[in-house]
Amino acid sequence: MRIELVKRPQHSALFSALSPFIALGLTLIAGAIMFSLLGKNPFDALYYYFIDPLTGIWDPGNRWQLHELAIKAAPLILIAVGLSVCYLSNNWNIGAEGQFIAGAMAGSIIPVMFPGFQSWIVLPLMLILGMAGGAAYAALPAFFKVRFNTNEILTSLMLVYVAQLFNDWLVRGIWRNPEGMSFPGTIRFSEYAILPQIWPDAGRAHYGFVFALIAAVLVWFMLAKMQKGFEIKVLGQSPRAGRFAGFSSGRMVFFVFMLSGALAGLAGISEVAGPIEHLNEKISIGYGFTAIIVAFLGRLNPLGIVAAGLILALTYLGGESAQIAIGVSDKAVRAFQGMLLFFVLACDTLIHYRVRIVGATAKAEGAAQHV
Amino acid sequence: MFEQIIITIATAATPLLIAALGELVVERSGVLNLGVEGMMVMGAVSGFAVALTTGSPWLGVLAAIIVGALFSLLFGFLTLTLVTNQVATGLALTLLGIGLSGMIGESFVGQPGVKLGQIYIPGLTDIPLVGRLFFGQDPIFYLSILLTFAVAWFLFRTRAGLTLRSVGDNHTSAHALGINVIGIRYLAVMFGGACAGLAGGFLSLVYTPQWIENMSAGRGWIALALVVFASWRPLRVLAGAYLFGAVSIGQLHAQALGIGIPSQLLSSLPYLATIVVLVLISRNRRLTLINTPASLGRPFVPDR
Repeated sequence: MRIELVKRPQHSALFSALSPFIALGLTLIAGAIMFSLLGKNPFDALYYYFIDPLTGIWDPGNRWQLHELAIKAAPLILIAVGLSVCYLSNNWNIGAEGQFIAGAMAGSIIPVMFPGFQSWIVLPLMLILGMAGGAAYAALPAFFKVRFNTNEILTSLMLVYVAQLFNDWLVRGIWRNPEGMSFPGTIRFSEYAILPQIWPDAGRAHYGFVFALIAAVLVWFMLAKMQKGFEIKVLGQSPRAGRFAGFSSGRMVFFVFMLSGALAGLAGISEVAGPIEHLNEKISIGYGFTAIIVAFLGRLNPLGIVAAGLILALTYLGGESAQIAIGVSDKAVRAFQGMLLFFVLACDTLIHYRVRIVGATAKAEGAAQHV
Repeated sequence: MFEQIIITIATAATPLLIAALGELVVERSGVLNLGVEGMMVMGAVSGFAVALTTGSPWLGVLAAIIVGALFSLLFGFLTLTLVTNQVATGLALTLLGIGLSGMIGESFVGQPGVKLGQIYIPGLTDIPLVGRLFFGQDPIFYLSILLTFAVAWFLFRTRAGLTLRSVGDNHTSAHALGINVIGIRYLAVMFGGACAGLAGGFLSLVYTPQWIENMSAGRGWIALALVVFASWRPLRVLAGAYLFGAVSIGQLHAQALGIGIPSQLLSSLPYLATIVVLVLISRNRRLTLINTPASLGRPFVPDR
């Protein structure tokens, strides 16, 4: 028995729409198996992962949980929207985690180094600096790729470690809060440097989520309706065709890297100025890497990414509630997310190919026909 | 003193060397597996777990190899049978490996591990200056050196190696000649997985005999960079791995001496060195163009 792929003449619209859902379904099944192997009731586990954090929809008493969902989803969506542009143009930026931290550090310059500067303009400046920091950090692998033909996958990833270590040094070293006891971290930001909450009476969700939605719509518009979006897709699918059309692939590399870096940087500064309120050594729970999964689950479409970001955010919250309720390790979340990406990629095959399972008998018949 | 430094460099270089050799064979067959980091941590956690429960470090090494190979099959099935994007699938393998290993290893955190000991040959190991270097290290060190020459011999001196390289350079022609492209790639991917698993096992059984979450700490990615650095040649991988071993040991010594440079900045040196080396190598377009397997990362669907 073997598996044979038959190329479809056109990609299947049906499976384009269905494949993320099939992948989700398969992940749930695999997750249920994983939880039973861990000795937990799989239905309980899946309930706490995917239903319990959503009870706020019908139960106003739990509405704060929906706000927590928005807090977790905001950075995932922001980063993944940028990554989708990179991946569509065939540029493999996998260092968003580093650009997130770079943005957080750059944006923190004002509240940490000039705490006396208090004005309404502080927050906008911080956001701009955050985006600039992320974009500048992402410009490094772009520069190496364009100028020296260096593989961007490896350089962007290496820069993640560098950014993490540099941030660690900042918050334990020159930026450390002298009154912070032995905890690493900067001083708490002043009220002018804090991102406001959308609806403070109901929960903690801040304007980062609004930024994420705006970014998704703008990038969707660019990809679907503007010449730039067309250039991105042409250069991604056929660099040769792009060259004949007069598109510059070098400029494109800079554009997509700096766009995704800016969005990751905005996510970083929003996280620091939002729920955390100061810079510390563990500002990210792997958002930059989880966003890769979000980008693919959203099929590299910014609007799909909004939905995918909410789903992945749900796994973070679900991981917490499952840990509290039935003692499933919080480490299970990352295994879960990894499985999801595997199934998403596998299901995407269905879009371009028909999968046939060829049995041993059919093979023998085929051989007989050749004779 | 000098001998001691060389030995610590060898210990830092060995996992890089083994993982990079495996990936080199994979890439020579035309497949880019970015999951080295994931296969490595899976090897590390399973090697540690088996050694701890059975008490035998050798069974641990064996488990690391087997788990690495099996884990790579997941990547193989997706990229070779279902022709998914190799870059994305490799990333998925790394993310899954880090997640799974963290979950499996949770109960092992903080437990004292089982160390695979160094060999001792009476007489030879006691030779001053070079005795411990040549006759007193852990067995995997010798295996890694042997493996370097074995891979070089296999790729460039055997018919099977020639076939594997032809698959990596032009899979369409190889297929037309009747070579089983997919089958060969499966074997190469599994060899790469076994090597990454062994490298991970080395970390949790020799380098620091304990389980720490995410303990490969980017070594899988450095191994990937080494393959590019070595322009897909085994002996250059050996040189590169020892160069990187020297950089990481050098920065550790500098930290211990306390020379006033913050430890975090010193710790980032191996990563910065990787970037610098990659830039320097890839500047030379002719070198990379000649040596890069021409079908690297390209999907292959056989026409029947």
